[in-house]
Amino acid sequence: MLEILLILLKIVLIVVPLIIAVAYLTFMERKIIGYMQVRIGPNRVGPKGLLQPFADTLKLLLKEVIIPTNANRYLFLIAPILSLAPAIAAWAVIPFGMMEATETSPAKPLALTNIDASLLYILALTSIGVYGVLIAGWASNSKYAFLGAMRSAAQIVSYEIAMGFALVGVLMAAQSINLAEIVNQQSGGIWQWYWLPLLPLFIIYLVSGVAETNRAPFDVAEGESEIVAGFHVEYSGVAFAVFFLAEYANIILISMLTALMFLGGWLSPFESIPVVQDWFTWVPGMAWLLAKTCFIMFCFLWFRATFPRYRYDQIMRLGWKVFIPITIIWILVVGVAIVMKLPPWFDAA
Amino acid sequence: MRAFAQIIKSLFLIELLKGLSLTARYFFAKKITIQYPEEKTPMSPRFRGIHALRRYKNGEERCIACKLCEAVCPALAITIDSEQREDGTRRTTRYDIDLFKCIYCGFCEEACPVDSIVETRFFEYHFENRGEQIMTKKMLLELGDQHEKQIAADRKADAPYR
Repeated sequence: MLEILLILLKIVLIVVPLIIAVAYLTFMERKIIGYMQVRIGPNRVGPKGLLQPFADTLKLLLKEVIIPTNANRYLFLIAPILSLAPAIAAWAVIPFGMMEATETSPAKPLALTNIDASLLYILALTSIGVYGVLIAGWASNSKYAFLGAMRSAAQIVSYEIAMGFALVGVLMAAQSINLAEIVNQQSGGIWQWYWLPLLPLFIIYLVSGVAETNRAPFDVAEGESEIVAGFHVEYSGVAFAVFFLAEYANIILISMLTALMFLGGWLSPFESIPVVQDWFTWVPGMAWLLAKTCFIMFCFLWFRATFPRYRYDQIMRLGWKVFIPITIIWILVVGVAIVMKLPPWFDAA
Repeated sequence: MRAFAQIIKSLFLIELLKGLSLTARYFFAKKITIQYPEEKTPMSPRFRGIHALRRYKNGEERCIACKLCEAVCPALAITIDSEQREDGTRRTTRYDIDLFKCIYCGFCEEACPVDSIVETRFFEYHFENRGEQIMTKKMLLELGDQHEKQIAADRKADAPYR
């Protein structure tokens, strides 16, 4: 009984900050894009506009959920849940830091659950997310929604492969598919993190992540200028808010995964630099992790403010003809490097 | 060779990084937003806002009901009725401007031989009911009395350029 309560408490401790982070990510998105367009963004609701996300949420909650006459009611309502559930469930295995070893227990990662194949679990769950989009588009019984869903499905399936291959490089380098283990393998300062030896995979993972979450410049699934809003064109009120929540929760998830797998997670960037190292020992590991995650999220917004939307055939070309070959080549390179125990990255194992 | 250069360029994301650096620079640029109700942009003396009818210093209304403004108005927004007053001068009995029809082109002001009908700097107004958009002679004269100082100053500032 106590154990269940403890687990519930942990879930609340993860989900509530996540939802608040989503709210403020939407706020920061508007602010950052505004700043890049030489505007100042929302600043009217509350001090400095900080209550804007709550005003938005309240508005969405008070609005009516309209179910189109010809829509499939059941699927129509289950689709947003199907896209939100995996986006939140994936957080179950994300390690947020390392707990120091005590007399009674060895050092273990600070996570809801620490399963061995956590990377596989994440891959599986993020793949399920596409069903929410597909079902939403199908159940709406609307041309735009259907087109958006088809585009989104094709895109997510294509980029899933490049993403998977990028992760293969990571797990080869770390010799593990446990996220905490992957982070621990990167210890030894900023040059030991996998972004450097796996640079092409890092970039491909980041770009595929943008494509996976249907974000600009890969947001053809929404394509406001062509298909109105794509798969969620028929959604309003809370149902729309849930899609929104799922999209942003996915962005935060991908950002955190990038930080964990390529940017050394909770490890300090100044590790093994003689003097500087000691200045930063007081910073908790989770702060580093959050800082890195925020940086990646900033990149997501930065991309959106910078790049125009890709043409659909260009997206497919990039996914199949550029990313997949590059990842395969780099996996070969990493394989050779591991076999040759190439210092300074692959000589430890 | 050029094709090869192109491949290198796109593979190393040169152009994309250039784009990113541009937006990054603008991220720190000075913001040009005007916080409207608190801050306002500077206004030209030629600004064309809501209309007003002016008076002479002795309080006599300027309008002589020549109807040039009514004739020149491209939107047919002005309606004028006139009469001969007891002192023998011609004056308007009705001077209506339909603000829904008006396109704020300023032709009425250009056409007026006695600088009676003018467009002021005042532009922050709204209507809550149908019919309120018709500015009658009384309302226009009141507006003129209210803003006379500003109107006169603006005409004076613009006079050398006419």
